[in-house]
Amino acid sequence: MSQSSQPVPSSPPPGPAETRIGRRFAELRRANELGLVAYVTAGDPSLAATREIVLAAAAAGADVIELGVPFSDPIADGPVIQRASERALRAGASLASTLALIADLRRSTEVPLVVFSYFNPILQMGLEDFARRAAQAGADGVLATDLTPEEAAEYRSALRARHLDTIFLAAPTTPDDRLARITGASTGFLYLISRTGVTGQRDRLPDDLGALASRVRRATPLPLAVGFGLSQPEHLRALVGRVDAAVVGSALVREIEQASSPAEAARAVAARVRSLKDAGRER
Amino acid sequence: MSAIAQKFPDARGRYGPYGGRYVPETLMAPIEELECGFAAARADAEFARSLDDLLRHFAGRPTPLQFAARLTAHLGGPRIYLKREDLLHTGAHKINNCLGQGLLAQRMGKSRVIAETGAGQHGVATATVAARLGLACVVYMGREDMERQRLNVFRMRLLGADVVAVDSGSRTLKDAINEAMRDWVTNVRDTHYLLGSVLGPHPYPLMVREFHKVIGEEARAQILRAEGRLPDLLVACVGGGSNSIGLFHAFLADPGVRMLGVEAGGRGHALGEHAVRLAAAAGYGGARPGVLHGTYTYVLQTPEGQIATTHSVSAGLDYPAVGPEHAWLAEEGRAEYTAVDDDAAVDAARSLARIEGIVPALESAHALAELIRRAPAMPREQVVILNVSGRGDKDMEILSRYL
Repeated sequence: MSQSSQPVPSSPPPGPAETRIGRRFAELRRANELGLVAYVTAGDPSLAATREIVLAAAAAGADVIELGVPFSDPIADGPVIQRASERALRAGASLASTLALIADLRRSTEVPLVVFSYFNPILQMGLEDFARRAAQAGADGVLATDLTPEEAAEYRSALRARHLDTIFLAAPTTPDDRLARITGASTGFLYLISRTGVTGQRDRLPDDLGALASRVRRATPLPLAVGFGLSQPEHLRALVGRVDAAVVGSALVREIEQASSPAEAARAVAARVRSLKDAGRER
Repeated sequence: MSAIAQKFPDARGRYGPYGGRYVPETLMAPIEELECGFAAARADAEFARSLDDLLRHFAGRPTPLQFAARLTAHLGGPRIYLKREDLLHTGAHKINNCLGQGLLAQRMGKSRVIAETGAGQHGVATATVAARLGLACVVYMGREDMERQRLNVFRMRLLGADVVAVDSGSRTLKDAINEAMRDWVTNVRDTHYLLGSVLGPHPYPLMVREFHKVIGEEARAQILRAEGRLPDLLVACVGGGSNSIGLFHAFLADPGVRMLGVEAGGRGHALGEHAVRLAAAAGYGGARPGVLHGTYTYVLQTPEGQIATTHSVSAGLDYPAVGPEHAWLAEEGRAEYTAVDDDAAVDAARSLARIEGIVPALESAHALAELIRRAPAMPREQVVILNVSGRGDKDMEILSRYL
């Protein structure tokens, strides 16, 4: 990319023990408990609704919240999150308003917050501006769906300078040499995609997920969160002790889509989070 | 300047700052596999022989470079030659790339190809090649484009392809690409994504250029035979930019050959009304460098980075981004880019039909319209090559509305 990186004078980046994400995963490991990473699209169906939904999810026990920035062309998402993205865009949501929402949420909760975005909105804001604004808002980490470490040098240095975790994805198709590059670029946690495909609920976990999780486990001490297709308590039960957290997105977004009001959406999401979280405590 | 041809892209698929590879992690391994597969095929004489045989005996290469005597006389300017890609099997240049990628998919052991299509020409060419090579084929097409191009939908189905309607987003080409990428990310192991333009993550812009550069290589030899010298100007339309790159590439190292890419001016200058990414000087708004469909290039978008919708009378130019190599050629000043609106393109199609007996595709008609505008002021001793990238059979319904 052609933008020049202005070095930001700052203290050295904090270790995992000093970040919200790092502390939360350390607590989960101590408690021997599966974490729950809850994804919702910011602005679906409105930013005010998302605020209530996030606070309800956090109160119900979600360990990390991913706030999806709506994008016009979400190539990695299935129909449920595509529709959420369209609703949020119609409601006027953007990367800037997602960051404003995070600033607002930060006044009420200490739950770790991750910005989950396609790369172009971040690029258009400018990497330095984005990192500064995200950090000021109180975001803890950033995940860019269509950005791999090969293209992420300036992005990583901009985020690191602001003490934001850079979360990258690993996939079932990722060979070991790439896996090393990805874990080397990741901080906070590693997002492991459970299967080839787009986001969306599936009935069962892929048969090879256990082997995949073990392979990635051997490659890194980073906390490991598994996502794509997880929706049921039994999915989470099967992951306890094998990975650090499960990411649930489409199942929560569907609750929001089917709710008749924002208040009902917040209640339904909280109930889902509670039952999933309970499953993650069973051994 | 002439070093452009040899230098780009670099090992990371960059044309200056443009290009690269921005995809979900799941696609990185198959894209690296494709890069290796393409490099191996390029070095394989047997692959080149198979492709050349199909291009000659199945697709109809070489295509003629025709001196357009009546058009030249009519405009009173330079000597105009038409590169007749419209005469190829399936009716457009798209078959060059489909044969190359189809053979490559087969060589890599993929049993299934998927493609996106806007006007339907790339879909028809992919379906044709899949039938010829015995590959399963799924084509994604926006619901709106399916209605605009019903005959091509029928042709693809006749050829055995599964045509899937895309109802998301704006229901046009960009959404068809989204859906093809979602299919690919799901079926990476047995599927090759046969992308139809010089777009997408590296190595697609390079690979698609390599399969189309035969257009310019033929034209260069043909014009040297006909005129004993190189042309002064090349003119071609630019949607994603495959036919224009195909024509331009063989001339990049010839400093005396100017290049002109013509984009779709649509029906207005406001964002959403046109598909002008590079000819911003003409007053069209909304294009800035950004990332879409795996590549960093000029993209029509909102200030927040949401991809804009576009409009053009020709579905093949109706796309918000442009191939990264064009972005670089524009920035370096090696090629010039301009825009022509819907009405001028339709008028140009009618002129070529009546003056030369050739009904061009509405895409190619954009290039022609710009040449018609410029030719009268150009010296008569100059020589111009215009790429007639496709024929207008598919556009009869639209053209009939203007008659």
